[in-house]
Amino acid sequence: MTLSIGDHAPHLSLPDTDGAEHDLGEHGTPTVVVFTCNHCPYALAWHDRLLAVGRDYAERVRFFAVNPNDAERYPGDSLEKMRERVAAEEWTMPYLRDEEQEVARAYGAKTTPDVFLIDAHGAVRYRGAPDADHSDPSLDAAWLREALDAVLDDREPDRPETEPIGCSVKWKP
Amino acid sequence: MPHVELLWWKGCPSYQRALEELRSTMVQEGLDPETVEVREIDTDSAAATDSFVGSPTIRIDGRDVQPPLEEASVALTCRVYRLRDGRYSPTPDPDDVRDALRGIGADPDDVRDALRAQGADPTR
Repeated sequence: MTLSIGDHAPHLSLPDTDGAEHDLGEHGTPTVVVFTCNHCPYALAWHDRLLAVGRDYAERVRFFAVNPNDAERYPGDSLEKMRERVAAEEWTMPYLRDEEQEVARAYGAKTTPDVFLIDAHGAVRYRGAPDADHSDPSLDAAWLREALDAVLDDREPDRPETEPIGCSVKWKP
Repeated sequence: MPHVELLWWKGCPSYQRALEELRSTMVQEGLDPETVEVREIDTDSAAATDSFVGSPTIRIDGRDVQPPLEEASVALTCRVYRLRDGRYSPTPDPDDVRDALRGIGADPDDVRDALRAQGADPTR
């Protein structure tokens, strides 16, 4: 299954690195869900840009980073390693563990990163990459910011869908 | 003529860009870009045999253009590189590739030591 633009995001919850549960499908506030991980160079390259978006829109938008990768084959993505990262870095959003990969499957996440923007009514309004080039920090997650500005302004994003670029989600066998 | 290898895994989209940058650098260095040996690594056992710590891996006469990061381990995965300005990248810094082609790249002993530190057997 893959969420398409206009589809409603499912009501699923996941624990963060402290064990607190977060409902990703809660309505009333726009929500950004970023599938990401510890070990992927694309996720790392875009990481600071995504944290900056989380900081800049914190008052009007909920942000969640979700790590769905199989930690048995990729131990760098274990909950323990996630905790270490959150402790060592300044995260602007909860870092959630999708141990059963249920949320990644429900959304149809393909890569890390893979960004979904859900509006206040629960509908997907943007899906794809943060911006056009992981190697150019000056792009500043422009595609996501454009979509956020549109949704907050009650407009359709000009670019509702882009191709997610990154490492494949590491599914369990 | 140095022996230039690029090892890649299909789960990571960065190898085409790495190959283009490698061939471009080879041209700049007066080397034939068509001599690159491009090999797909598609099983865990092949990754172990080739001490493959991620895609893409570029070796010049057996020397990795950048020693693996401390936390890297043998696996079918995307490789994390550090550019010279400190940023993370899925491809190596072109300057590191150029230096390796000029024979001033990573020492293979450093690579082997890094792999041993991670519990991998670099002789396999």
